[in-house]
Amino acid sequence: MKRRNFLSLCSAIAVVGLSGMASLAHAQLSIEISGAGASRIPIAVGTFEGENLLPRTISDVVRDDLERSGLFRRVETGPQPIPEATIPDFANWKGRGADALAVGAVGQSGGRFEARFRLYDVARAQGLEGQSYAFQADSYRDVAHRIADAIYAKLIGEPGIFSTRIAYVEKRGQQFSLVVADADGARAVAVLRSGEPIISPTWSPDGTKLAYVSFEAKKPIIYVRDIGSERRIVLANFKGSNSAPAWSPDGRRLAIVLTKDGLSQLYMVNADGSGVRRISNSSGIDTEPTFSPDGQYIYFTSDRGGAPQIYRMSANGGDAQRVTFEGGYNVSPRVSPDGKTLAYISRNNGRFQLMTMDLATQQTQVMTDSSKDESPSFAPNGRYILYATEAGGRGVLSVVSVDGKTRYRLSQQASDVREPSWGPLAR
Amino acid sequence: MKHYQLPLAALTAIVLAACSSSPTQEPAPVANNAPIQVQPQQQPTTTTPVQPSGNPFAVLRDPNNILSKRSVYFDFDSYVVNQQYVPLVEAHARFLKANPSAKVLIQGNTDERGSSEYNLALGQKRADAVKKNLSLLGVPESQIESVSLGKEKPKAAGHDEASWAQNRRSDILYNGEF
Repeated sequence: MKRRNFLSLCSAIAVVGLSGMASLAHAQLSIEISGAGASRIPIAVGTFEGENLLPRTISDVVRDDLERSGLFRRVETGPQPIPEATIPDFANWKGRGADALAVGAVGQSGGRFEARFRLYDVARAQGLEGQSYAFQADSYRDVAHRIADAIYAKLIGEPGIFSTRIAYVEKRGQQFSLVVADADGARAVAVLRSGEPIISPTWSPDGTKLAYVSFEAKKPIIYVRDIGSERRIVLANFKGSNSAPAWSPDGRRLAIVLTKDGLSQLYMVNADGSGVRRISNSSGIDTEPTFSPDGQYIYFTSDRGGAPQIYRMSANGGDAQRVTFEGGYNVSPRVSPDGKTLAYISRNNGRFQLMTMDLATQQTQVMTDSSKDESPSFAPNGRYILYATEAGGRGVLSVVSVDGKTRYRLSQQASDVREPSWGPLAR
Repeated sequence: MKHYQLPLAALTAIVLAACSSSPTQEPAPVANNAPIQVQPQQQPTTTTPVQPSGNPFAVLRDPNNILSKRSVYFDFDSYVVNQQYVPLVEAHARFLKANPSAKVLIQGNTDERGSSEYNLALGQKRADAVKKNLSLLGVPESQIESVSLGKEKPKAAGHDEASWAQNRRSDILYNGEF
């Protein structure tokens, strides 16, 4: 097996920058898995040699990542490290029921660490993947997520989302925070605090910026914040309300909602706040725009027919076609990265639930048994939907796979969390 | 022109409201399934709400005056001003026309159910509905501004219909109150 080039980890550096700007570290969200897919790949992830030098072991994070995906089943390996440099005893691992085996080692030289891992196909007794990463001790989680992504990509055949980040709004008393965290909820960092509400954070397609709506000036205004530099611009501050930002797939424009001409209507604006132009013309509420992945269409919520329903129109404006027909309250559309599935929130017998619709067949599916679901957001590989819901009288974030087979919760003690947005794939 | 024959219950409600820190001195609505009722029949709705001397704005805080009533409540997913609030809106229209220096900020609110953004738009419609009624009664646009707080600043913190009914609301705030 050929070892890939020695990768210095760009994202690790980026995230070091992120934690440097942290105003305050937050309590981590914890994972609660309930139910999982039936045909999961049994994988043994051995304890890495030398990883006890780190604050938490890399292999633990890799195992948790893979298990949470719902596509892997953990085969226990015991606490003893498995040598990384020697050929594994494949018959032994086959006997323990593992189809795949990952082993690794961590070394240290001059304050820097290096992690290596190898992935094996146990049945065929052959190596599949191997990589090496240099990193600082405090970015061991980046390395672990990278390794989990590499294993996932090799065995599942699509990008993993373990290195991605999420944003959400946390409320403690009357204090609102815009929080950025790892996709597993760890390393949560408040990038903005306010005594006034914050809603609708959304990641730019390149993952460097967040657009959001803040009431800090006593009315809703849209801002765009650069995550690395902490600089922010006012994207839209017109008379009345400014809200519901949605990035175009190329990151150059945003669809937004303004009331400057009276009703809540859709407008397009350049990413620097210039060139505002109206794109919808209805006699009711038009809001919650979101682009189709090809940038051709905008899906949005409108009550033009008397009750809120989801419609689709050209991103350049023009006539709209109604998309949802079942029920009297369908809001918050989001299109999957492959353009085939619509996630949205529907009121069903008084319960507000996450739904999906196959856009080719119009077939719909209720995704949850909860009653206060909000704010769906697709994982960038399209396999999962992150959404806000309520449990135990407070706001929590949950994830469900689009096939409905895997679900877990990112929960947090003593605070309300809401308005999640899943960031793009790590670069 | 002062009325002192308010029933004891109403007096109690007013005293309780005076103790609350809420800027909009609204007696706590009774938790039942009926819409929250402002009771205009107990108010001197036909008198011109201008005091002969002193600060003309004092009537806005006089619990005996309908002008102290500042909230219009709405049905679920509705932005229609119900008939019962017409006297309240008319009284504020008269006051605003009589006092051109007075300005109002109308804040629209919604209950917690449904999406933040749709509720933000719905709250705007509720604020605009009150604004439109004032305009139709002859109040100049320059005296009225409408904004939405959506579901983000609930007045009632509960998760039941009684709380939701209180939060489906437009508040009329005068200059100095916002």
